[in-house]
Amino acid sequence: MSPFFALIGGVDPWIFAFSFVTVAATVWMGFRSAKTAKTASDFFVAGRSVSVGWNASAISGEYLSAASFMGVAGMVMSSGYDALWYPVCYACGYLFLLLFIAGPLRRFGAYTIPDFAEGRFDSPLFRKIAVCFVLFIGFFYTMPQMKGAGVTLAYIFPGMPYWAGVVLVGAVITFNVALGGMKGITLVQAFQYWMKMFAISVPVFVLMAVFGFYNNHVGANVAAGETSAPSTEVTRKALVEKAPKDNAWIAPFGPLTTKAVNAAAAALPAEKRAAYLAEHQRPYSLLYTYSLIIALVCGTAGLPHILVRFYTNPDGAAAKRTTMWVMILIGVFYVFPPIFGSIGRNLMPELYSGVGAKGTDKVVLELPTLLGAKSGVLGSILSGITCAGAFAAFMSTFSGLLVSMTGALAHDVYGRMLRPQASAAERMLAFKAAAVLVGGVAIGLGCFVEPLEINFMVGQAFAIAAASYFPLLFMSVWWRGMTMKGAAIGMLTGGLCALGAAALTNLGTLALDKGPMGKIFAGFAPLNGFWAQHPLLRILCEQPAIWTVPLAIGLMIIVSKATSAQVPADIRMKMLVLHAPEKLGLKQEYIQEHQAGAGH
Amino acid sequence: MSPSSPSPDDVIHSESFLQALMRRQLGLSVACAATFLIALIGMPLLNYFAPAQMATRVAGFTLSWLILGVLFFPFVWIISFIFIKRSIALEDAEVELVQRSREKI
Repeated sequence: MSPFFALIGGVDPWIFAFSFVTVAATVWMGFRSAKTAKTASDFFVAGRSVSVGWNASAISGEYLSAASFMGVAGMVMSSGYDALWYPVCYACGYLFLLLFIAGPLRRFGAYTIPDFAEGRFDSPLFRKIAVCFVLFIGFFYTMPQMKGAGVTLAYIFPGMPYWAGVVLVGAVITFNVALGGMKGITLVQAFQYWMKMFAISVPVFVLMAVFGFYNNHVGANVAAGETSAPSTEVTRKALVEKAPKDNAWIAPFGPLTTKAVNAAAAALPAEKRAAYLAEHQRPYSLLYTYSLIIALVCGTAGLPHILVRFYTNPDGAAAKRTTMWVMILIGVFYVFPPIFGSIGRNLMPELYSGVGAKGTDKVVLELPTLLGAKSGVLGSILSGITCAGAFAAFMSTFSGLLVSMTGALAHDVYGRMLRPQASAAERMLAFKAAAVLVGGVAIGLGCFVEPLEINFMVGQAFAIAAASYFPLLFMSVWWRGMTMKGAAIGMLTGGLCALGAAALTNLGTLALDKGPMGKIFAGFAPLNGFWAQHPLLRILCEQPAIWTVPLAIGLMIIVSKATSAQVPADIRMKMLVLHAPEKLGLKQEYIQEHQAGAGH
Repeated sequence: MSPSSPSPDDVIHSESFLQALMRRQLGLSVACAATFLIALIGMPLLNYFAPAQMATRVAGFTLSWLILGVLFFPFVWIISFIFIKRSIALEDAEVELVQRSREKI
């Protein structure tokens, strides 16, 4: 019994109660809607009948992941100004989606990106290639969600190891998805958006009322060239040794974007360092910033679990209105996490010394407990609320990803490739089996990533999406000369380069870990030595979008030109369906023609 | 090109209609994207070439922090609102054009 008591010892009852209610409500809603979801089509896109308000809340609920809820605050705390690019580009990426992709894709009418890939190029082979990326991007995106789960559970149960939290939460969500499917998810996601919004905004307002407003917390940092801080209303705790200095934290081109150059400078003899830094630091971090912006803005348009929701709108105009609402809903949300980060820097600097699950990624969870000293139980209640929000965050995103990835496996791999003649009951069974398989792999991967920052890992998933799906969608929608070979070669090369670069970066970082992960990945330690010699390569590996996105688009153009004889014969009709207003009814005509002509 | 088209003389199946349609849509999207990209690409450049101005304090924030952390979001909403209004108007105009030409035939 003693390990059990060790586990529940030190558990705050309020924090536990709020988290438990969130999980129970999510699971209950999943089960309840499982009764109404009967056919496979219900599971995949919720019968295509969701109103704008519900759908916008659901998309936002799914989009605001553990990275947005915990990771952004943690990264703003650890890196300062540069980390603000993440929330800004997470929100602005939607604009790109709206401007270039949402409308046409919706008019074309297909369940998933692989459906679009097949329909646009009449190629079942290309569908198989496209399906791979649903899984690649999906698994990269589930890792940070799993870290969020591990961190939160390790916070609620101080005795619980990180991996146990990952396994527990992963198992609950996998079970929920296997039983509920997407019909349940739409409702649950919409509910969870409002849950997260409440959980991030209310504690922020209370904290600001007690400890000083946002501007005073940012203003407590002394920028370069200033002799004293502009705001003195905040009483700061002394910064620990590992914390970045004020002037680096508050200004652009700070610790996040200059890490590679600083590591390279540290490897040089002391007398050469200053000259080296003066020459390379700022240009390289400008490059880093642009590469990050490209990854996040283009990547949003290529996230598999976000695009599928545009098909649940009744028409193209509704899809556009939905996007407008999504941008407002997530934009308002993203103002809050950096506030946590800047307050945390002043009032909870001890988190800078923590590693893994005990580091800055948990600032959102722990910061409200500071109120405990002033107003007793209120601190625990608010901390319970942010924990509940964190649960909502990683549970909703993980379920959304699980549905997309399971859909790819069950709908594409099983239903189309392995057994096209499968009955409806067999398809449902396949959906459940695939959910368990994908959930299991995600849990396994999640156990390894404790030393990596949540927000950084999400950025990597975006970088892979930016180099694979974004060029595919953008070019196929707007350029009629695209051929299947061009699209496939561009998407594969760009996407795999980004995937490889992201994996190398993570292996290098894991090798630096002082805990057990450092031992497992010790073989990759020489990589860091190499990068210290070549900081530019390190930046291009850590943020690959600046070369992989142009590479993918360039290859698409070159290969398509070389194989221009293979442009689909009915390309004009396809382009019309993509671009002509839905009221003209071209889609119906296209389907009839297609069935009469090609026979598949 | 596509012999199975039900009514080849219909205006919407003509090459010129498709080209005009795509050009109008792309024009609108590119105009909105350009406004957004100027701001997005401009921010790091301003930080790079005018660090002192961008570090000016505004109520405790640096100017750069205030723009990126707060003001950028409403800016994006304005662009998307304009885009959605115009693109729905564009679609309505196109539908009307097609219907009018169909009535003539």
